[in-house]
Amino acid sequence: MTMRTHRIAAIGAAAFVALGATAWLAETASAQDTNERGRAVYEYWCAPCHAPGPGHPGTQSLQVKYNGSVPAVLLERTDLTPEAVKVFVRQGVLSMAPFRKTEISDEDLDALARYVTRK
Amino acid sequence: MAIPPGVSQRDWNAAIGEFRDAVGADWVFTSDEDVALYRDAYSPYWGEPEERLASAAVAPYTVEEVQAVVRIANKYRIPLYPISTGRNLAYGGSAPVYSGSVVVDLKRMNRVLEINERNAYALVEPGVSYFDLYNEIEKRGLALWIDPPDPGWGSVIGNALDGGGGWTAYPFRDHFGAHCGMEVVLPDGEIVRTGMGAVPGSKTWQQNKWGYGPWVDGLFRQGNMGIVTKMGFWLMPRPEAYISATVQVFNDRDIIPLMDTLNLLENQHVVNGSTQLGGAGAFGPAGGGAGPAWTLQLPIYGPEKVIRAQLEYAKEKFSAIDGSRFVEEDLIRIPLSPQDRERVRLVNFGIPNLSTFAMLGRSPMQPSPAGGHIGFSPIIPRDGEELLKFRDFYRTNLAEVTGGENLGIVGPVFMTNWERSLVALIMFPISKNADENRKIRAAFEKWVKLAADNGWAEYRAPTVFQDIISDTYSYNNHALRRMREKIKDALDPNGILAAGRYGVWPKHLREG
Repeated sequence: MTMRTHRIAAIGAAAFVALGATAWLAETASAQDTNERGRAVYEYWCAPCHAPGPGHPGTQSLQVKYNGSVPAVLLERTDLTPEAVKVFVRQGVLSMAPFRKTEISDEDLDALARYVTRK
Repeated sequence: MAIPPGVSQRDWNAAIGEFRDAVGADWVFTSDEDVALYRDAYSPYWGEPEERLASAAVAPYTVEEVQAVVRIANKYRIPLYPISTGRNLAYGGSAPVYSGSVVVDLKRMNRVLEINERNAYALVEPGVSYFDLYNEIEKRGLALWIDPPDPGWGSVIGNALDGGGGWTAYPFRDHFGAHCGMEVVLPDGEIVRTGMGAVPGSKTWQQNKWGYGPWVDGLFRQGNMGIVTKMGFWLMPRPEAYISATVQVFNDRDIIPLMDTLNLLENQHVVNGSTQLGGAGAFGPAGGGAGPAWTLQLPIYGPEKVIRAQLEYAKEKFSAIDGSRFVEEDLIRIPLSPQDRERVRLVNFGIPNLSTFAMLGRSPMQPSPAGGHIGFSPIIPRDGEELLKFRDFYRTNLAEVTGGENLGIVGPVFMTNWERSLVALIMFPISKNADENRKIRAAFEKWVKLAADNGWAEYRAPTVFQDIISDTYSYNNHALRRMREKIKDALDPNGILAAGRYGVWPKHLREG
């Protein structure tokens, strides 16, 4: 993509991200022993769009879609099933293209689905 | 399962079996469900008969496996289509140009083979993304920058080969221009190393681009003459600092001295960053009001005391434009502080990310987006008068192109990030709705033709439009394309590799 974007500076963004990251790290630390693979797949493939805070278009899009009725941050969701996660990864949605098996293998996807729905 | 055109069921079965022997059964994908993952999610023909679809995919892990795949394809005349990370969204994604091709998915070849800090280069495989190379440099603590394009998951090699660019300093943001040396598997399976890489024992493969004799690397840019399996890139030593200013001018025709001054400063390498032209003037005659007609942001990278002097010189030059304002911004030291990292546009600081997809997702301004997009990006002269001519051309023709309907087309965005020329970008939404996509395709094709009538042509294109754009490069009865076809026929006599890519078709698929 060669189009250009204009980054909008969000006042107070730094404080928001710091809080969000702290909570997120605490959660992932507790899951590391049991599902390190799922965490790694999430961090590599999902977090660039779905992490908390500005600059994450997946989070932005889900905030507009749900308007707060469910959390915009994937890891804060409690309503997702492993099957739903797999459908989104393999079928894509809107601008999110599907992920091929050379990117996320079936085994990686199993681990990812368990990680995202671990609550 | 689809079968490539002209291939018998028996040969197809044999080829699939041999692909499995070559790369392992787990890495040959033939089920409808698996092959569907190779569809172009932003296809302008999504769900229509003309959508370009793969028949299967094969994912080699080594150069030897790539050679084996190519040899099997020759044996059974199987069309192949190589992809790197397969994230070339808006330009075809991971789908082939020629329906029925077997995608050669190189994502598993994701090794960073060398990073040399002293001489500032890297050697990588096609599956290495900008994220991967960035992470490796960070892990090793090297004082080097990469130059990421907007989406960080793209392939360093694939982006360069498709003609992509990024956002830091010249010459690094011209990704093909910043490469140095390739390894290529030719259509007959032979391995070639270009430049100094052809000298056994050479230690300068990534230090001298040209080597000896006719230079051939360009054949593999937007090409179908081979599968690039290794490629070197010159990297930018991590700069000490970044400084910028924005020039504001208040009359429409001030764009003329604005561009002339920018050209002087860039061609002298006083301004080395990716400048950004904005202002109301892009959309219609502007000026006379309180706001600027045009704005131009000037980023400069380098040592602090040097770039302060460069900015001062730029200020002096722009002050010759009557009524202009020069608004300086605070110098930013590198590596970025956590506070600066939160407020800057990361790709301008060599940090890959995916924030650009915010333009395509839902937002308060766009609650029901189309999902995908494509762009028409003709190259136009770096000349303010020509820029105004394009602006007026766009305004004059928009209603005719769209039939007066609001199709969500946005333009023109004048991009100053390529050296020496301008890109006039027109953006088109792409959805999964065939009726809407049909209108977009018709508009896209009209823009291509109208622009060509003025001597303006695209530099990079979605796969489905590569033929009509190739047609606009028609000097002397398409002599350039005919020359490429002769080379194609010589290197790939069976026409197995990436048929149709950028308008070059093998002999057996050419018309007439």
